[in-house]
Amino acid sequence: MPQANAKVDKEAAVPAAAPAPIELTINGETFRHTGAPDMPLLWYLRDVLRLTGSKFGCGVGQCGACTVHVGGKAQRSCLLPMSALSGQAVTTIEGLASGDDLHAVQQAWIEEDVPQCGYCQAGQIMATVDLLKRKAQPSDADIGQLTNLCRCGTYPRIRKAVKRAAQLLAEAKAAEAKAADPKARANDGKSSEATS
Amino acid sequence: MSGLTRRRFISVMLSASGALVVGLRHAEAAALPNVPMDLLGEPLTSLGAFVRIERNNRVVIGARGCEIGQGVMTSLPMLIAEELDADWSRVRVEQLPYGYELGPDGPTNRYGPQGAGGSTSITDGWKDLRQAGAVARWLLVEAAAQHWQLPHERLDTEAGHVVHPDGTRLPYAELVERAAGILPPAEPVPLKKPDQFRVIGKPARTVDARAIVTGRATFGIDSYLGGALVAVMMRCPHLDGSVESVDDADTRKVQGVREVFVIDGPVPGSSFDTNLAAGVAVVADNTWAALKGRNALKVSWKPGPWAEESSARLEAQAAEALKGDGVVVRSDGDMAAARKTAKRTLEARYQVPFLAHATMEPPHALIKLEPDRALFIGALQNPDGASRVIADLTGLPREKIEIRMTRAGGGFGRRLENDYVAEAVMIAKKAGKPIKLFWTRDDDLAHDFYRPYGLHQLSATVDRRNQITGFAHLCAATSLNYRIARKKDRPPGAGCLEADDFPAGLVPNLDKRFFSLESGLPRGPWRAPLHTFHAFSVQSFIDELAIETKQDAVELRLKLLGEARELDYAGHGGPKFDTGRLAAVLTRCAEAIEWKRKRTDGRGVGIACHFTFGGYAAHAFEVSVEGRDLRIHRAICVVDVGRVVNPLGVDAMMVGGTIDGISTALNLAITLKDGQVQQSSFGDYPVGRMAQMPNEVEVIVLPSEREPSGAGEMGIPSVAPALANAIYAATTVRVRKLPILPELNRRL
Ligand code: FES
Ligand code: FES
Repeated sequence: MPQANAKVDKEAAVPAAAPAPIELTINGETFRHTGAPDMPLLWYLRDVLRLTGSKFGCGVGQCGACTVHVGGKAQRSCLLPMSALSGQAVTTIEGLASGDDLHAVQQAWIEEDVPQCGYCQAGQIMATVDLLKRKAQPSDADIGQLTNLCRCGTYPRIRKAVKRAAQLLAEAKAAEAKAADPKARANDGKSSEATS
Repeated sequence: MSGLTRRRFISVMLSASGALVVGLRHAEAAALPNVPMDLLGEPLTSLGAFVRIERNNRVVIGARGCEIGQGVMTSLPMLIAEELDADWSRVRVEQLPYGYELGPDGPTNRYGPQGAGGSTSITDGWKDLRQAGAVARWLLVEAAAQHWQLPHERLDTEAGHVVHPDGTRLPYAELVERAAGILPPAEPVPLKKPDQFRVIGKPARTVDARAIVTGRATFGIDSYLGGALVAVMMRCPHLDGSVESVDDADTRKVQGVREVFVIDGPVPGSSFDTNLAAGVAVVADNTWAALKGRNALKVSWKPGPWAEESSARLEAQAAEALKGDGVVVRSDGDMAAARKTAKRTLEARYQVPFLAHATMEPPHALIKLEPDRALFIGALQNPDGASRVIADLTGLPREKIEIRMTRAGGGFGRRLENDYVAEAVMIAKKAGKPIKLFWTRDDDLAHDFYRPYGLHQLSATVDRRNQITGFAHLCAATSLNYRIARKKDRPPGAGCLEADDFPAGLVPNLDKRFFSLESGLPRGPWRAPLHTFHAFSVQSFIDELAIETKQDAVELRLKLLGEARELDYAGHGGPKFDTGRLAAVLTRCAEAIEWKRKRTDGRGVGIACHFTFGGYAAHAFEVSVEGRDLRIHRAICVVDVGRVVNPLGVDAMMVGGTIDGISTALNLAITLKDGQVQQSSFGDYPVGRMAQMPNEVEVIVLPSEREPSGAGEMGIPSVAPALANAIYAATTVRVRKLPILPELNRRL
């Protein structure tokens, strides 16, 4: 497959008379961008770093296929010039899981079998992770505020998956609290494992 | 006896890694010197995909189809796994490339049919892929029979093991080597009976879901090649226009831009077998540089022959056309006489707009040309067409063209055309470099093969007892018969009107005619092409007839369908249309929405049903209109698609089809002004968002023992009429023009 070396030279886009480099972290790793400062983050991720999970759907902020987190908040990376990202911490879909442990939202997406073509789903997942940070138990109306487009029409399954993810996160949190509380652990007899 | 010189037989080999590879291949009988010709038996019905069994007993199954979101990467391998008796939870699926081969008798495809169109993947696979699995299983059982010195018939298989009569289990992997030395059976192997199915009919999740949710699945646009430059095109916005002059001075100043050149469009009026439009290509080191370069271009265009075309003119043209005679598509009895003797004749006109496909992943192509070969990587629906286009433009023999299909970010018919492949080849030839061609959303909306525009005039004659005695369907439209190479093979109303669709054969007098409209806008198939195009008019009109004649809209349809029987159906999805199966989905749908229950809370219920490509579907919606807001409280989709291979997959297609149907019916239209498409973004082509959609689509799949029909397209045609009928029930506003929302707002 033409999958690129996920880590191309970190200073790949270096033209001769480069403007001041922009340093940022992406999925916990530091990168220095010395190319065009107006290059949107989406194209830096895709063309330079070959992190292709964030997708192009419109390039003008209307579809959400390019959604990533900047400083923990969902943002449409097609609208973010690299010049605005100096010192920022970016998380992409590739950085959402911790190792082999999927994020609860990813897990819920698999369990509800959400993807059809799958193209919009990285963006949907990133937007959902952000939503669940703000609303741990989202109502139907809250979920209706997700504005990411899905051309295949997976919205009803996205709805189910958002609710399942909220549930998984709540369970994990309860288990964590229990594990941290020695009294509860003693009552329980066996140790409960927190999944994060 | 034909086929003596050339047999299809099974090839078995041990790969370098020790894996058993089994496939159904074309080859010369002579290649198997030990087997007398006569013993090879009749050719197997088709070719198949590969099965590979690895040393760790993992079964790898090749997926031959183009995955566009319809789930064939999961459902087609299920067919093989079933007959192989593989442990589905341990199967790994791999995408197969395009399998063109040049045999002594001409071109063949070593994997069988690979395109995605007309909901045929499952029907095709049902015929040949199960055999591929069955042959692999036969070889493994035979190997075990030799090992245990027992008759073949006494052995069984289960979940990747051959089972001895005493219960001893031997993993397939341990039989691989011996199996590779066994000659495959000469005759097709008998297939399982449905009551033996362990995989087919059981819900299976998308096989590569994990890759998708972690961002690691590779779509066309995610493909890169060393040395490939990114190309974007500024295409002429005028239909069939051309480039007059180019000022690229500023473009060339953009850091990273390498080349700028003109790409000619097809000659106006000629068939669209290469690219779609003339324009200027900007070739650069990366996408952003290419886009910036394109922004800096100053191009003046020559408008071409359609400079005056507009949607308003087309509507006028359609109304005018209906005054003529048209071309008869089907005529039963004597409709003119029926009109004379009728107690009443009812009539209404419905309009459906051009539509763009707007696949979430826009067209994209990665191509590398070398003097004696070519490599294409990307999302396709029609790899055969792509291979032809590349061969035509390069002069390379097709066996020298390698095509690797990626997952596609949607298809809906857009990728049945290979204009973007052609464009990439044209650019790569000029640039002398591998090219990664990128289309933006505005490119995609302005340059497509659009679903046709049409004006439908429906009339019905009714007698004293409120029986429908005659039905006329006159359709004025821009058919698909436009600038295509094989035009003469197609009926005049191609993509617009099907002779045998409902209510053909159900009324004594029928008059179906087509009136061809002129337009410069390219047209092509759009999900369930002619069915989404005309079911809106027919199923809305039936509702109007019921209301006008004071009959129940479900009962009127059931009365028309009559007793269960098979009618001839010449179109795709035939050869028969079963009135009983359509009546059954309708009846079930009416029950589910509680059709008979009177609503008093401002809510209205609407229903519709349609037969599409061998599948039967009914939709019902419960809606209310509050202020200017349409709210869909319930959405029900009932289908009969024959035997279901993957219930989760069929459900996904019906949910997706219903949501696509709602989004399109409510919001979407492509319009023309001054010979140009007016839409350029999701702002003016507003694909529906979550908030507009029902929370749930209740899908009911009627159990069936019939052959599977596929499921990609059946879930959409009855959506628009059921919605319009529900809106009428809630508001008494009859929407006869799509899209619904602008029309409803105008009328409220
Ligand atoms: S690509 Fe960024 S919002 Fe559409
Ligand atoms: S799954 Fe195809 S666009 Fe959402």
